[in-house]
Amino acid sequence: MSLSLKNFVQLENFGHSLRAPSYCFRPTRAEEIFDTFCLAEKMGLTVTARGAGKSYNDAALNGGGIVLDLSAMNQILAWDSASGVVRCEPGVTLEQLWQCVEPDGWWPPVVSGTMKTTLGGCLGANIHGKNNFKRGTIGEHVLEFAAMLPTGKTVTCSPEENADLFYALIGGLGMLGIFLSITMQMKRVESGLLEVHAWPAHDLHEHLSLLLENAPSYDYIVGWLDSTHGGRSLGRGQIHAANYVHGGEDPNPQQTMRLDNQVLPPRIFGVFPKSILHYFMGPFMINLGAWGVNTAKYVASLRRHTFRQSHAAFHFLLDYVPNWELSYGRSGLIQYQSFLPKETAQETWRAMLSMSIKRGLPSYLGVTKRHRPDKFLLSHAVDGFSLALDFKVTDGRRAKLSQMLQEFDRLVLQAGGRFYFAKNSETTAETTRAFLGEETISKFKELKKRCDPDHLLESDLFRRVFG
Amino acid sequence: MSNYPKPVTATPLNPRRRGIIIGASDGIGAALARRLAREGYILALLARRPDKLDLVCDEINRTTAEQRASAYVHDVIEVEKVPELLRRIVADLGGLDLVVFVAGVNYPPGGLEKYNFGNDRAMIEVNLIGALAWLNPVAEMFQSAQAGQIVGIGSVAGDRGRVGNPGYNTSKAGLATYLEALRNRLTRRGVHVLTVKPGFVQTEMVKAAQGPTPFLITPEKAADDIWKAIQKRKQTIYTPSIWRWIMLAIQHTPSFIFRKLSF
Repeated sequence: MSLSLKNFVQLENFGHSLRAPSYCFRPTRAEEIFDTFCLAEKMGLTVTARGAGKSYNDAALNGGGIVLDLSAMNQILAWDSASGVVRCEPGVTLEQLWQCVEPDGWWPPVVSGTMKTTLGGCLGANIHGKNNFKRGTIGEHVLEFAAMLPTGKTVTCSPEENADLFYALIGGLGMLGIFLSITMQMKRVESGLLEVHAWPAHDLHEHLSLLLENAPSYDYIVGWLDSTHGGRSLGRGQIHAANYVHGGEDPNPQQTMRLDNQVLPPRIFGVFPKSILHYFMGPFMINLGAWGVNTAKYVASLRRHTFRQSHAAFHFLLDYVPNWELSYGRSGLIQYQSFLPKETAQETWRAMLSMSIKRGLPSYLGVTKRHRPDKFLLSHAVDGFSLALDFKVTDGRRAKLSQMLQEFDRLVLQAGGRFYFAKNSETTAETTRAFLGEETISKFKELKKRCDPDHLLESDLFRRVFG
Repeated sequence: MSNYPKPVTATPLNPRRRGIIIGASDGIGAALARRLAREGYILALLARRPDKLDLVCDEINRTTAEQRASAYVHDVIEVEKVPELLRRIVADLGGLDLVVFVAGVNYPPGGLEKYNFGNDRAMIEVNLIGALAWLNPVAEMFQSAQAGQIVGIGSVAGDRGRVGNPGYNTSKAGLATYLEALRNRLTRRGVHVLTVKPGFVQTEMVKAAQGPTPFLITPEKAADDIWKAIQKRKQTIYTPSIWRWIMLAIQHTPSFIFRKLSF
């Protein structure tokens, strides 16, 4: 194995707002991962694991260093349809996973908003879904995993065995080791459908109250927030809450669980191909256009209704419009997600949202979720809510946006909030120390020293938040 | 190896372009370093003389109040060290967007009848072989990444073989042809190659000039012109621009006249 300039490629984040060239290797076997570590050590370079590259920030970028693209290690090694236990290589995508387990009456217990993400990436970020308040993060459903440490040692971890590594590698941003195989418990489903209830929220108070009060009686809950509208109805939006459809309620579960009932339609109204839709969305990605789209969506959401939807259609909203992120233009987008305790969320987000509208920097898409804490070392979770805001990046906006997000960070820290390493791209080392606490960071660094004494695993994200 | 702390990391809202300047301790290289740093570039500055190089770096980091320039001591005639150093720098910078080859020496033979092979060889080794050693791997990197900008500092002296300094003329003509070839190879890969042909610039090198030095400019003026050309992705520029017309006339002067001239 050698370092060839032919491997030197330009990599991007999901939002196309950051580029970093790296020497990219695509291993198919564990030995090749070890070879890469040896090469990195010889060359004095660092290594970052990359899955599908769907992170909004620099989690899978390593400018000038080595990137291990694990997407070719994508075999589902074992699937037991009786117990619902699956063992996968790290490059297996959520798409592969649900398509494997769903026809047998199972569903991944936690999924992201896109199905293109890999399991290794999902574990590295310890992702959550719309059921975080009930089922926690994806890590809570991992029975066991094997990981290769940069020393070449392979460790097996579970909540019982090597527990400290288990709770640190999951959510550890790939900075302690590389997942080789992941054993997970799937969730039994009796139908391929979810029963979805949609109702409007007229302001931020109602929005958060609806999330808080309804969460216990639903399997999933998520809010869309009109982040372009201020004033008295600031925080207005729509809540979607869903329950699994149980056996007796679905007349033909065998039918609804078939894969052809789970596909996202490739066309709108049966005629318009969605693959080119992002070109037409581009012109709306300005303040006025986004205001128009959000307002229209809000008006449409005023009707309370209940409907049934396939799992895939409910979960993978980000896959509805392929390449939607390209509609944000040349400089792409960033996402700012803050996690706040339920007591302080309303006041803090009111300040943040009105600040963004007043400064002419509204987010074009806002999404809220209900959360609960978890046991993982680098956890982003709180007993409260999260608000994810997508911001368009342009040359003229960068300085103003950067200034505003720094003020957001201060507000979130004051309110006892936390941040998510897979999303925010501007979080500084100082902010990270403030929300994780010195103790957690020194614990993580201790584990880092133990697993990776030569500091081979480093990403741009690691240097930014722990540098 | 640089002893400087790691430069600031780039984020979507604070994107950083990253550049290498080979030959940055004074003259055009140092002026361009100051200019690019002011534009937000993160720079690796290379030169033979550590003390002068450190002065440039320190000044940049002081005025920008940020770790924007790091020094790497390097002599371009040590061609075997280039690949490793390039790899090290790209890792330190966290990527690479721009490489400027400024390093150059000028040793006039000291008279119209004099020849000095040692000096001519030294000029070819620094001005031309040094450029090949650096820009070949850079070109390969950029063509693979499908992005990047390469700038080479040629000279008006490369446009015509003249009586005064055949070795220098040859080195700069060779460099210009090499850059043109790179441009023809790399434009299709999204890589921009700029050839800069300065006239007389107030640097140490201008002391080597025999006779008058018309249209003398400061290195800062040259750096300004180069920065504009980088932004506009120009192919070849003369600095100051009047040299374009002068050289046009000189290039088209018939040989039977040119042979009789003594400049």
